[in-house]
Amino acid sequence: MRFFGRLMFVLTVLLFAGLASSSSFAKAVKVGVVLPMTGPIASFGQSDWKGIKIAASLKPTVLNGRKLKLILLDNKGDKVETANAVSRLIFKNKVSAVIGAVASGNTLSGAPIAEKAHVPMVTPASTNPLVTKGKKFISRVCFIDPFQGKVAAKYVYNNLHARTAAVIVDMAQDYSVGLARFFIKAFKKMGGKIVGNTFIQTGDQDFSAQIAVVKAHHPDVIYMPTYYQELALFARQARQFGLKQTIMAGDGASEEALIKVGGKAVEGLSFTNHFDPKAAVTPLGKKFVKLYRAKYHEDPSAMAALGADAYFVVANAINRAGSTNRIKINKAIRATKGFKGVTGIITLVNGDPVKSAVIQKVKDGKFVYVTTVNP
Amino acid sequence: MNFSEVIQQLVNGISLGSLYGLVAIGYTMVYGVLRLINFAHGDIMMVGTYMAFFGVSAFLLPWWASFIFAMVLAALLGVVIDKVAYKPLRSASRISSLITAIGVSFLLENLFLVLFGGVPKAFPIPKLFAGSLNIGGVILPFVSIFAPVLGIVFLLILLQLLHHTKYGMAMRALSLDIETTRIMGVNVDAVISLVFAIGSALAAAGGILWSLKYPSINPLMGILPGLKAFAAAVLGGIGDVTGAAIGGFIIGVSEILIVAIFPELAGYKDAFAFLLLILVLLFKPTGIMGKDLGGRF
Repeated sequence: MRFFGRLMFVLTVLLFAGLASSSSFAKAVKVGVVLPMTGPIASFGQSDWKGIKIAASLKPTVLNGRKLKLILLDNKGDKVETANAVSRLIFKNKVSAVIGAVASGNTLSGAPIAEKAHVPMVTPASTNPLVTKGKKFISRVCFIDPFQGKVAAKYVYNNLHARTAAVIVDMAQDYSVGLARFFIKAFKKMGGKIVGNTFIQTGDQDFSAQIAVVKAHHPDVIYMPTYYQELALFARQARQFGLKQTIMAGDGASEEALIKVGGKAVEGLSFTNHFDPKAAVTPLGKKFVKLYRAKYHEDPSAMAALGADAYFVVANAINRAGSTNRIKINKAIRATKGFKGVTGIITLVNGDPVKSAVIQKVKDGKFVYVTTVNP
Repeated sequence: MNFSEVIQQLVNGISLGSLYGLVAIGYTMVYGVLRLINFAHGDIMMVGTYMAFFGVSAFLLPWWASFIFAMVLAALLGVVIDKVAYKPLRSASRISSLITAIGVSFLLENLFLVLFGGVPKAFPIPKLFAGSLNIGGVILPFVSIFAPVLGIVFLLILLQLLHHTKYGMAMRALSLDIETTRIMGVNVDAVISLVFAIGSALAAAGGILWSLKYPSINPLMGILPGLKAFAAAVLGGIGDVTGAAIGGFIIGVSEILIVAIFPELAGYKDAFAFLLLILVLLFKPTGIMGKDLGGRF
């Protein structure tokens, strides 16, 4: 069944690609989607795509009945593949806009191509401030890391009463490097002390050496803004080696795979996130959660919700632009104001929204909602 | 670092190194006989791990049975790959086989991506391997004890096989000269199959131990350990089984120590294995145990 599903998926992608280039469907508006469907952050891409599909079922047409065709390309969580995929979508498929990618490092490598070709690109989940900085065609629907780092620092300082922290950074990810820096800045400003700072790389599986380094410093809390796979394996080994401190993470933790792989070791792990189904405030958010549960029999992750928001922002912008002209669409995307999206109210300023964050925590093998933090 | 931390890091390094060693043995055996670097070896490790995963989770076999099941299937896969991909190219230039090996590697990775998806699966850990011992502040996870012990046991069995059996003698003869060995009446193809079977079964064992230690499996999991095991095989002197095991330990321990001594360089630890590889190729191209001329093993 799973294999069949995948086969259908591949065929669908091929079909879309084929349809997109055939003239009989010239009326459809083409939007490219670049997501990590395989590779080290595949769960993000899969969730995003599920969210986008739900959003597409809610709003399948734009410009008075023209179908919105999605062309999905897999970037494998890789920087070079992202740049290739963005080029292909823009120059071969001639899309009107691009949704993607997920990891900040990936988006950063695709963004210059979109920027140069004057094609609007909306990333659902790249939180590094550099992603949109100085760019006219790159926008996002998620909050950015200076805010996320501050929220995390406040939470560990005030709620977990931590005064010393060890920070573990994935140096292959711009996301991790940036977020760690903003956390350290905020934590120090509050009077906290960073006692250990060590590094990993995406795809690493052995963290025993880093754990011994952290252990020697006896921090109150461990801040590890990396993606779910490294987090889960780190937590397992940390608990095995007797490192019992709370692990605080960023939105990169937000995937079921964290709990599946991490098991009991990730109990108590807390993280900043974009969305919690229980804290959905907008009517669209509530509707999305209901539809998502009915279709996939699970709660939507933050990634799925952000994917949907990226879709809605692009689709609405195409309607407001009233044409498939890329520059007009980009103007409309960047003028998004007060849109009541799935994850909250989105108003873009220079391509960045100002949104609230939630804090979630793993409890009894589930993500539970802790609190909402407003900017 | 105090004393117990040093010991802890050494334990970590040895247990990681023994996994590299197990995978490196397969590389070195195939190279010793065919002068072929089997780049699909890391992927055979991945396939073996998936088989063990399905053995436990889909066929509900007890863990030991599914581990044996996985090793047997991996051995079969190794033999089939040789028959289908490498044997037709036996007399072609060496570079053709090398490129084919890379092709087989991509085939396995992408086949598993299509079949099982890129989302990591959690490898079920039997209770026996889940715990750890605490000796004076040094923590010994059971897997970390089990991996080097199993690695050394496999190595001793293999050395016994190589030096004290008919098949071992045939393998050693093959490594000297395939054509002459064939003239002597040895069933060369059968012996080559046996080499692939043993190497692949050991890769599966390495993969399973790997997943007991790092219980997240995905179709691309074999790439990096495979490359590091290759570096270990070259470091030890490619073609030499004991050298491969020693090379594995060296890579494992030095990788851990570099993080322990220079935590700020921890992100570059993968590069370190390959830096060692480059240094060995520059200064002692035959590796630690390698001989300049004549037979391997």
